[in-house]
Amino acid sequence: MMTQSLFRWFPRRLAGVAAALMLVLSVPVQAQSDSPTDPLESLNRTVFEFNEVLDRLLLKPVAQVYVDVVPETPRRLFRNFVSNLLEPWNAVNNLLQAKPSAAVSDLARFAFNTLTTLGLDDPATELGLVRSNEDLGQTLGVWGFGPGPYLVLPFLGPSSVRDGIGRIGDIGMDPSRKISDGQEFAVFTAMRFVEQRATLLPMERLIEGAALDRYSFIRNAYLQRRQNLVYDGNPPEPKE
Amino acid sequence: MNSVLFRRLQKRVAAFASAALFSLALLPGFVLVSALADSAQALAQTAPDRFVESLSNDVLSRIRSDKSVQSGDFQQISRFVDSAVMPHVNFERMTALSVGRAWRQASAEQQKALIAEFRTLLLRTYSGALSQVGDKQVKVRPFRGDAAADDVIVRSEIVGGRGDPIQIDYRLEKSGAAWKIYDVNVLGIWIVQTYRDQFAQEVSARGIDGLIRSLSEKNRQFEAASRS
Repeated sequence: MMTQSLFRWFPRRLAGVAAALMLVLSVPVQAQSDSPTDPLESLNRTVFEFNEVLDRLLLKPVAQVYVDVVPETPRRLFRNFVSNLLEPWNAVNNLLQAKPSAAVSDLARFAFNTLTTLGLDDPATELGLVRSNEDLGQTLGVWGFGPGPYLVLPFLGPSSVRDGIGRIGDIGMDPSRKISDGQEFAVFTAMRFVEQRATLLPMERLIEGAALDRYSFIRNAYLQRRQNLVYDGNPPEPKE
Repeated sequence: MNSVLFRRLQKRVAAFASAALFSLALLPGFVLVSALADSAQALAQTAPDRFVESLSNDVLSRIRSDKSVQSGDFQQISRFVDSAVMPHVNFERMTALSVGRAWRQASAEQQKALIAEFRTLLLRTYSGALSQVGDKQVKVRPFRGDAAADDVIVRSEIVGGRGDPIQIDYRLEKSGAAWKIYDVNVLGIWIVQTYRDQFAQEVSARGIDGLIRSLSEKNRQFEAASRS
């Protein structure tokens, strides 16, 4: 039943996102970008502006209210619950990246945290089982795919061609839709978005103070961060 | 609650639990292996990582005992950083690398201004973090590079409290017998690389003086905002 609904849903959604991606990539753009990693800069900046406006008018105010109203403890339990659901997918990706011991650790974390706290808390970390942070984009990176052109996705923010493709797989494999579908899933997803936005609020001030140009600051930080994640914190030295 | 929904939920929780039980069987072996690996690594410490370790522990303990730094007052933090951190940083090199090719065309005064404004910018950006160290600890990862090299990367983690560890890495150069830091990354994001694009963009649009002006404007805005 689970797999059935997954199969029914996945190709359709995949085709939609792929079509959107193709559309984005086929829009002719003047080559006026200074950055070799960002040939689509003028388009990206437009989408970036759109996201900024959307954020200012809707997401950020909602996240602000959420932070003011919801205490830290339930927020933490919710974050733990969400990331516990993603542990099996971490394990799959670690396996695909030829890191079996990390995959075992992910499964052990999933087992331990689920059985002791339903995933609401994270006692496995105290046992020395560190949370990994994997996704399909990183797996593709490990397999040798570079990030490709930088992309700013509407609603979702900074990405790249590789990570955008990875994201489609991540969304397809998201187990939260197996817990409950329909309305509950929609509410759950909305909560995840708001929680995620809320955790970024403190960072906002930092970027505000640090960046001469928000767009290129975020682009640069994103690409470095992803490279770092692909290499699990040990990226090769960039050539000077 | 709707009973069909409840039963479905129950079934799914049961499925998760059985998957969980299965993977639990693998746990003891893994804990043992990772414990052995950790103790082997601890023996392999060498000079640059020790330097980072003692410097970070020193800075952390001085922050903890210094009420004026914890208060978040910018002047106090600025003085503290100058005395505790800056002697171990080659900030001129850090600025030069961030400015990139234009650095060599800059006059001595322009270079001095760039160094001063960049220092203020970074200090303003990161001073907030200093007052939040709490009971955090620094764990320096064992240095795996060439022990004879005079240009190295040392990786470390801030641990303690809730939340995932925060990766902080340093680029160090050997100057005489001492190590000096000339770049820092947080979560994999190097400061120099992050500013290089922005600075180059600014220099090509408005020249070196334009970059200096933008930096000092940014700093003044920030100052005004933190006063109000």
